[in-house]
Amino acid sequence: MSDLKMDPCYEDVAEDRHPMDHLLRADRLPHIWCATCGIGTVVKCFAEAIDKAGIDYDDVAIVSGIGCTGRVAGYVKLDSYHTTHGRAIPFATGMKLANPRMKVVVFSGDGDLFAIGGNHIIHAARRNMDITVICVNNFIYGMTGGQAAPTTPNTANTSTTPHGAFEQPFNLPHLMEACGAAYVARWTALHVRRLTESFQEALLKPGFSFVEAIAPCSTLYARRNKLGSGYDLMRFYHDNAEIKHGSDPREIDIGYQNKITVGKFVDRDRPTWQMKSMEQLDSTLGEKYYLHDEACEMCKEDINA
Amino acid sequence: MQQAEPKRVLTGSHYLDGDHACTEGAIAAGCNFIAGYPITPSTEVVERYARRIPSIGGTFIQMEDEIASITAVLGGVWGGAKSMTVTSGPGFSLMMENIGLAAMTETPCVIVNVQRAGPSTGLPTMVGQADIMQARWGSHGDYEVIALAPQSPQEAFSLTIEAFNLSEKYRTPVMVMLDECIGHMTERVVIPEASEIKILPRRMTDKPKGEYLPYEVGEDGIPSMAHAGDGHRYHITGLTHDERGYPAMDSKTQDTLVRRLCDKIRNNAKDICMLEEEEIEGADVILLSYGITSRVSRAAIEAARAKGIKVGSMRLLTVWPFPEYRIKELAGKVKAFVVPEINYGQVSLEVERCCAGKSETILIPHMGGTVHNPEDILKAIEEAAK
Ligand SMILES: Cc1ncc(C[n+]2csc(CCOP(=O)(O)OP(=O)(O)O)c2C)c(N)n1
Ligand code: SF4
Ligand SMILES: [Mg+2]
Repeated sequence: MSDLKMDPCYEDVAEDRHPMDHLLRADRLPHIWCATCGIGTVVKCFAEAIDKAGIDYDDVAIVSGIGCTGRVAGYVKLDSYHTTHGRAIPFATGMKLANPRMKVVVFSGDGDLFAIGGNHIIHAARRNMDITVICVNNFIYGMTGGQAAPTTPNTANTSTTPHGAFEQPFNLPHLMEACGAAYVARWTALHVRRLTESFQEALLKPGFSFVEAIAPCSTLYARRNKLGSGYDLMRFYHDNAEIKHGSDPREIDIGYQNKITVGKFVDRDRPTWQMKSMEQLDSTLGEKYYLHDEACEMCKEDINA
Repeated sequence: MQQAEPKRVLTGSHYLDGDHACTEGAIAAGCNFIAGYPITPSTEVVERYARRIPSIGGTFIQMEDEIASITAVLGGVWGGAKSMTVTSGPGFSLMMENIGLAAMTETPCVIVNVQRAGPSTGLPTMVGQADIMQARWGSHGDYEVIALAPQSPQEAFSLTIEAFNLSEKYRTPVMVMLDECIGHMTERVVIPEASEIKILPRRMTDKPKGEYLPYEVGEDGIPSMAHAGDGHRYHITGLTHDERGYPAMDSKTQDTLVRRLCDKIRNNAKDICMLEEEEIEGADVILLSYGITSRVSRAAIEAARAKGIKVGSMRLLTVWPFPEYRIKELAGKVKAFVVPEINYGQVSLEVERCCAGKSETILIPHMGGTVHNPEDILKAIEEAAK
C-alpha cells in the first residue's frame, strides 16, 4: 500500500472527489475492479463524453450484460440496467422501441457481446437499431477467471487455452462494419481524449454505433501472459497503437502483442430501424397509420422523438 | 382500475381462433410492444399483432430468437411499454433465463406459450400440456410466477387481459398457457365494449426525484416502478439486491428478497386463483382439469352423472399459484381426484401433494398429439367412484 501511495498516479485519487462524481454512484464505492484494470478509465471517458455531448442525464439509459465490464451499469448514475450474460443488446432494443426519446447505451465486455451475445449484436447492427454499443475488449473473460474469449489472439495463454489459443479471433470493427453499423471506432484505454471524442460522436450518431475500447485486464490477461501490470499494457499500447482513421476494417486484425490499429473506421448514414419502419408503414397504411391520429398521445411522443 | 381504450377494443361478436383471440386480448389490455420469434402453433398471435398494431398504436419486432424476444420485452417494460412475447415449447425453453430475470427484477410482462407436444421438437403442430411444470420451475433459483390456462378462444381473449392485470398488480411475469387445440380452434368470441374491460394501470412511484428506491415496499410487499427517462436515475440488477436496487452479496439480503418474491404470490393465492367449480358439494369424485382437457372431460363428466356417479368438476383457470388451499379443504371429503392432462403427470403431482393421502389422486396421462378419449376419462371416474 505504501508503495502505491508513492506512485504519482495515485496522487489525484487521494482527493475524496472524482471529477466525474456527478455521474458516478459514489455510494457504491469502492468498486469491484482490480487496481490498474482498464475498465474504470473507459467509464471515465464515457461519463465525460455524456457531459461534452450535452445530453440530459435523464435521457440516457445504460444497459450492461454480465462480466467485469458488465458491472459498469451499476456504477454510473443514470437509469441503469444490469441484465443477463449476453442479453444487453435485446434489452436495449426493447427499451429504445418503447421509449424512442432515450439514448440507450450498451456497455459490456468482449465475451458478453461477441460470444454469448454474438447473435444479438450482428442483428442489432443489421437493423441499424439506434443504440450505442461500447465494448471493453480485454481479450479475455475477466469475471470468470481468465478464460478464452472470441477475441483472444492466437498463442495467448488463458485458463482454457493453457497451451496457447489457436482459434481465429473476431476482428470486431470488421464484423460490425460488415453487419451494417453506422459508426465504428477502436481505441485503447490509453487514448482517453480520442476515446472520449468517439463516445461523443457515437452517442450523437443516429443508428447503430460501436466503439471498441481495448483495455488492460491486469489481473488475468497480463499476469497469465507475463505482460507485467496494467501500466505495462498501457505502455505497450503507447508503443504499438497506430492511429489510422478510415483503415479498411478487413485489415485491422489484432495479433498477439502486435501492432494495434486504432481510429474511426466507419461513419455513414443509414436510416435507422425506426425511420425505416415509419417510412414503410406510412407508405402502405397512409392515413390508417396511427401516427396520423391527432388525438393519440403516444403518436405525439413518437413524432417528437 | 381503468377502462380499456375504445380504439383498442374490437367490440362485437367474432369468429376467431384462440391465437387471434389472444392477440385481441393483448391489444385490448393496452399491450403496445410485442417482440417475438415465429414458432408453430403460436405464430398467428404475432402475425395478427403485426398486421393490426400499426393502425392502433404500438410496435412489433421480430427478433433473432426467443432469448432476444423475452429480453426485448423486459427492456420494453422498463422503457414504459406494456409488453408481451409469444412462443411454444422450444422457444419457451430458450426464454427461461430471462423469465428468471423478470421475476428477480419484478418486471411486469406476459409470456404466451401455445403448448405443443415435446420434449424437444416433438410434435410441432400437435397438442400438448407438458410445459406446466416448466412454467413454474423452468428458470433457476426460487421464485414464483402466475400461469393461466384458457379453455376456449373466448378465454384466450379474457385471460390474456387478466394476465396483463395480474402482472401489473403483482409485478411478476405472467404466463398464458394456451395449447395447440385452443390456439387453433375457431369459435365465437364476444368482445365487450371497452367500458366493460377493466385495465389495471402500472403502479408508478409518486416519489420526488432523488427519493425513489426501486425496491422499497410497503405492507403488500410490492414495489412501485419508474421507467427509464422518468428522472429517478435508478439501478436494476439480476443480482441479489437491496431496496436501492444495489447488489448486496449476503445471505440476509438474499433471504429478505427471495422470501418477498415468493410470498407476494403465495400469500395472495386466493386473490390470484380463478377456479370454476361445479357440483363439488357431496361429490364422491372430483375431476380436476385445465385448458383443452376440461373441454374433453365434459362428455365424460356428463356420462358419469347419467350413470348416477356423484362427480364434481374443478377447472383451474389459474394453474400457478396452485390452489393448494382449496385442494387441502377437499382432501378427505372425496374419494378421489381424477386428473386428466396431456402429459405424464404434472398438475396431478400437485394434487397428490395437497391430498397428502387423504384422498386418492388418479392421473389420466396422455403423451400428446391428440386430446384424451372421453371414454378413458369416464372409465377412470367409474373406477375412482367404486
Ligand atoms: C448464461 C451464463 N453463462 C455464463 C456465465 C458466466 N460468465 C459471467 S461473465 C462471463 C464472461 C465475461 O467476459 P467478458 O464479457 O469479456 O467480460 P469481462 O469480465 O472480461 O469484462 C461469463 C462466461 C453467466 N453469468 N451466464
Ligand atoms: S479481472 Fe481483469 S477485467 Fe476484471 S476487474 Fe480485474 S483486471 Fe479488470
Ligand atoms: Mg473481456
